[in-house]
Amino acid sequence: MTTDTLIIGLAGVLASAAPVLFAVLGETISERAGVINLSMNGTILLAAMGGFAVSVSTGSLFWGFITGMIIGGLVALVLAFSSITLKQSQVAVGFVLTMVCRDLSYFLGNPYMGLTGPRLSSWSIPVLKDIPIFGALLFRQDYLTYISYLGIIIVWVWIYKTRPGLILQGIGERPASAFVRGANVNRLRYIYTVLGGALIGLAGVTYSLSVKYGWKGTISGLDGIGWIALSITIFGGWDPIRAAFGCYLFSLLQWLGLVLQPALPNIPSQVLQVAPFPLMILTLLFVNIGNAEWVERTLAAIPEPSRKAISRLLRALRASPPAALGVPFESE
Amino acid sequence: MKVELKAIHKSFGTVHANNNINLAIQAGTIQGILGENGAGKSTLMKVLSGFIQEDEGKILLDGKPISVRSPADAIQHGIGMLHQDPLDFPPMRIIDNFIVGREGGVFPNKKEARKDFIKLANEFDFALDPESYVDSLTVGERQQLEILRLLWLGVRVLILDEPTTGISALQKEKLFATLKTLAKQGKTIIFVSHKLEDVEQLCNQVAVLRQGILVGEADAPFEIDKLVEMMFSKVISVEAKQPCPFGNSALSLHNFVVEDYRLRLESVDLTLRAGEVIGLAGMEGSGQRPFLRACAGLLRPTQGKVIVGEKDLTGKPYLAYKNHGVGFLPASRLEEGLIPGLSLTEHFILAEKGQGMFIDRERWERETKERITSFNIRGTPLSPVEALSGGNQQRALLALLNSPLSLILLEHPTRGLDIESVIYIWGKLKERCRQGTAIIFVSADLEEILQYSDRVLVFFSGRVSPPLDASATSVEQLGQLIGGKGWAEKFEQQGDVYA
Repeated sequence: MTTDTLIIGLAGVLASAAPVLFAVLGETISERAGVINLSMNGTILLAAMGGFAVSVSTGSLFWGFITGMIIGGLVALVLAFSSITLKQSQVAVGFVLTMVCRDLSYFLGNPYMGLTGPRLSSWSIPVLKDIPIFGALLFRQDYLTYISYLGIIIVWVWIYKTRPGLILQGIGERPASAFVRGANVNRLRYIYTVLGGALIGLAGVTYSLSVKYGWKGTISGLDGIGWIALSITIFGGWDPIRAAFGCYLFSLLQWLGLVLQPALPNIPSQVLQVAPFPLMILTLLFVNIGNAEWVERTLAAIPEPSRKAISRLLRALRASPPAALGVPFESE
Repeated sequence: MKVELKAIHKSFGTVHANNNINLAIQAGTIQGILGENGAGKSTLMKVLSGFIQEDEGKILLDGKPISVRSPADAIQHGIGMLHQDPLDFPPMRIIDNFIVGREGGVFPNKKEARKDFIKLANEFDFALDPESYVDSLTVGERQQLEILRLLWLGVRVLILDEPTTGISALQKEKLFATLKTLAKQGKTIIFVSHKLEDVEQLCNQVAVLRQGILVGEADAPFEIDKLVEMMFSKVISVEAKQPCPFGNSALSLHNFVVEDYRLRLESVDLTLRAGEVIGLAGMEGSGQRPFLRACAGLLRPTQGKVIVGEKDLTGKPYLAYKNHGVGFLPASRLEEGLIPGLSLTEHFILAEKGQGMFIDRERWERETKERITSFNIRGTPLSPVEALSGGNQQRALLALLNSPLSLILLEHPTRGLDIESVIYIWGKLKERCRQGTAIIFVSADLEEILQYSDRVLVFFSGRVSPPLDASATSVEQLGQLIGGKGWAEKFEQQGDVYA
């Protein structure tokens, strides 16, 4: 493999990670506010179909994207209303929504199967595109990939560096404390859930208008992405930068599955296609293993210098969820 | 700032938590609000701080009526409240905790905030590092952080809800000094407590609440007997100490080393005899918790032996300890001790072992009724445990202990309970001692430790003292020892040398 093809391949990894990233960022802000959006898998499908249908009918990419985001926002609004206002279980409502949205997308999407319409083109950033290696890797992409880079930074800065971001952490961590500090907890939870939902919707249309162009019903290959995004949110420890690493890792594993296939003819191709999923599970396991008591006990038996290093690594990887995740808030 | 509460009424369902409360508090004074658990103190303070709204009544500041619809409103008017469990964000840094809630632009000015924080912390001599995380702090330090934060927001009326629960003697001293300074600066301090000694030490006036009614007010110096009578409408006195005879060894620890990820305790050798009570004193986080849990078999000691009765149980699971007559009552009653959502009857059914697949409900409800009477629990067999008050939960936990037991381990057995419950709980425990049960308990209340234990172990940053004779130790001495002072003098004559 030449360097050029390698770079093009890796550039493709970055591009195909963009939709997963949108979904993960959306889920991250929603969960930071204390609301688990389990409708993600269905929302992505419905937004992909809806956004594609609108862009084909109107001939406008812009309206396609807007539609996808509105669909995501609306599904999240249903979740927000039932869990925040009606105080119903977020998990139960999320599951039902994910199934309804998936079947709805297959059913309503029938007339649009295999059609073509406007398609997002790539746009190289002047000057930056000519930087050796990095230019071809990072700056000869489509708009959405650029937006995904920006998204990581914006969400990270928002959560950790701004005043409203501190309150966002607070309402998911300990809503009563945020409340005594003047935050309108439930209104903010609505806002972040719907905003997160819109990002998840954007993930869907990013597939159907760019990364996996078109709508092919059940063989669109999008079913399951939402669950992976959910696990990456956890892997990312609710931190956008760690989550971005997770997205790129997943995307890289998928690409390797394709690239390695010709090099390893003895291994059935299905194994390489499926491998990224168990690998992601293993990573998750590894990240959170430090929480278990038996690990601490086992570590105690290891000689001093290496034990220190291992336990420090495990502690650095360990992340705990927002403490009030999934818990409704009432100010008595 | 003068605070007046006029004819405040607040009901929750059928419970009249505040019934026509009238109270005027002058600026520059420390006002005590005294009453047993459930007397309506917290409700009244939550009304004043905007956490909940009154059904009827008026709040006046300096003679002007104000409307407090939310905690944010209260802060606007200069009223701030320090809650019993400080309402902060444990996984966040101190400085971020400090900033959240202060109005301002999108990007907070951390430099400025840090400068203000350090200045305020120095003023009150609080040793808090703005960059450390709140979950590494003790309750006392978290209170200090909240006080600084409220002062930074310009609070002129500071309400403290049971602030001395769960903090060390030294932290309490510092807190009281701080409150006195603030009162001198002209701030109004409202101090809610069920502890008479705290009120006596600190307050200029006190108002006593009982069952939602303000039953009386008094000015310092207080007549304690009178206050007790107002609180309980009867006179209560603490039973004099009656040591019971000791029996055979109930628990012995040999070269016993415990560690958790923060702290390694030095080796302990100890023999506890049947009927004996040992109190564990020390600031929160000094190692009492892992020590007690290792004695219960919940944590494996790194080294050494645990012998219960005559049986070596080192490394055995909790169940083996339980079967050998060890009972453990954790500090967090609802999280570890009881199962929220299950009724008292269901708890008693679960505590009984081996009775087949199906449950004889009627029999157990009868049984539960009996135990409710004998343990003086205010509740019905079908009450879910989370609906009980703290004192009643603790009584239920005691009622759940099997009989007979050779050893009972307790973490903060009376934390947050009123005097009546404390006396009751210890009465029950002492009864067990007379039947030959040994007890080890952790408490932050030094007087409780000296009052009820025969010997005391002091914990200080990984060190464990040799056992002290409780009757030959004073509260002041113990207070110094848990702060790490006076170890050399105290233990040298016993043959141990400590730095």
